[in-house]
Amino acid sequence: MNLTELQRRLLAAARAHPPPDTVPYAFEKRIMARLAETPVVDAWALWNRVLWRAAAPCVALCLTVSAWTYFAGTDPASPDVLAEDLESAVLAPFDNLGDSW
Amino acid sequence: MEDAGQNEGSTGAQRVKGSAVTREREGLPASGAPSAMAEGATGERPDGELIAGVLAGDTASFEPLVRKYQPRVFATARRYARRESEVEDIVQEVFLKAFRKLSGYRGDAPFEHWLMRLTVRTCYDFLRSHQRNREFSFTDLSEAETHWLDRFAASPAEASETAAAARELVAHVLEKLSPAARLVLTLLELEDRSVKEIAALTGWSPTLVKVRAFRARAEMRKCLERLAREKKL
Repeated sequence: MNLTELQRRLLAAARAHPPPDTVPYAFEKRIMARLAETPVVDAWALWNRVLWRAAAPCVALCLTVSAWTYFAGTDPASPDVLAEDLESAVLAPFDNLGDSW
Repeated sequence: MEDAGQNEGSTGAQRVKGSAVTREREGLPASGAPSAMAEGATGERPDGELIAGVLAGDTASFEPLVRKYQPRVFATARRYARRESEVEDIVQEVFLKAFRKLSGYRGDAPFEHWLMRLTVRTCYDFLRSHQRNREFSFTDLSEAETHWLDRFAASPAEASETAAAARELVAHVLEKLSPAARLVLTLLELEDRSVKEIAALTGWSPTLVKVRAFRARAEMRKCLERLAREKKL
């Protein structure tokens, strides 16, 4: 079958008979009625939209911080620097506890 | 776009009401946007005046605009949706969007151009939101369509392109295409628009329009190959 000819014929058929431009009765009244409706603000939908919009930046921020933490902690010269620093910082108040007693 | 003047005149003729006196065209603005300020033959208020009224808060001024342009919008929407309920939803969406975005109309081109741009983009959104409903088989072809295909396969000259079956068949084929392919083929092949016009209507660059047109024709061809295979032609 000659598909090129078939394609040409079908497009010619569609071109020769454009769709009608008939309009349902009083359609403009329907539009005006919709415009006259008082818009109801859906607070939950608004909140939902804000959350979704914030999701992408939050994920990007998490990935950035994770990558920074990962690459910052892979220095072979100091493998547990971060863990030791955290431990020192948390236990600093208790280092001199024995002296006060 | 070239038939905007004709459409304006013919649409105006269809809506003759009240007095049949035709007013002369009013003075045109220096910006050279004739259609925005031009009156129809029925003596209705010009588009520019109606738009200014809506923007000033007179919602009722929008109704004459809807009445004037809805035939054109309906005709366009019917190229992209088969069910009349879907067509009405598309047209309603177009006019609601037009009302909301009317402040964005700068008046440097005819209002009809601006509205048609909105219409095409709304139709494209409709196609994209309904693309999951596309089925890829041709099992739902009618007997008349199958018969037309058989006749074409046997003797292409005998298969008339004016037949209703041919029109139904092309509608079925277009439904199987991706939204971008269907849109560009409809604008380019069926409405006979130029690449520049399509770029203005869709917001795509002219290069993108050409690339999509090329892919659309290839996609339609693949669709027809599948059809021929399924029908064993």
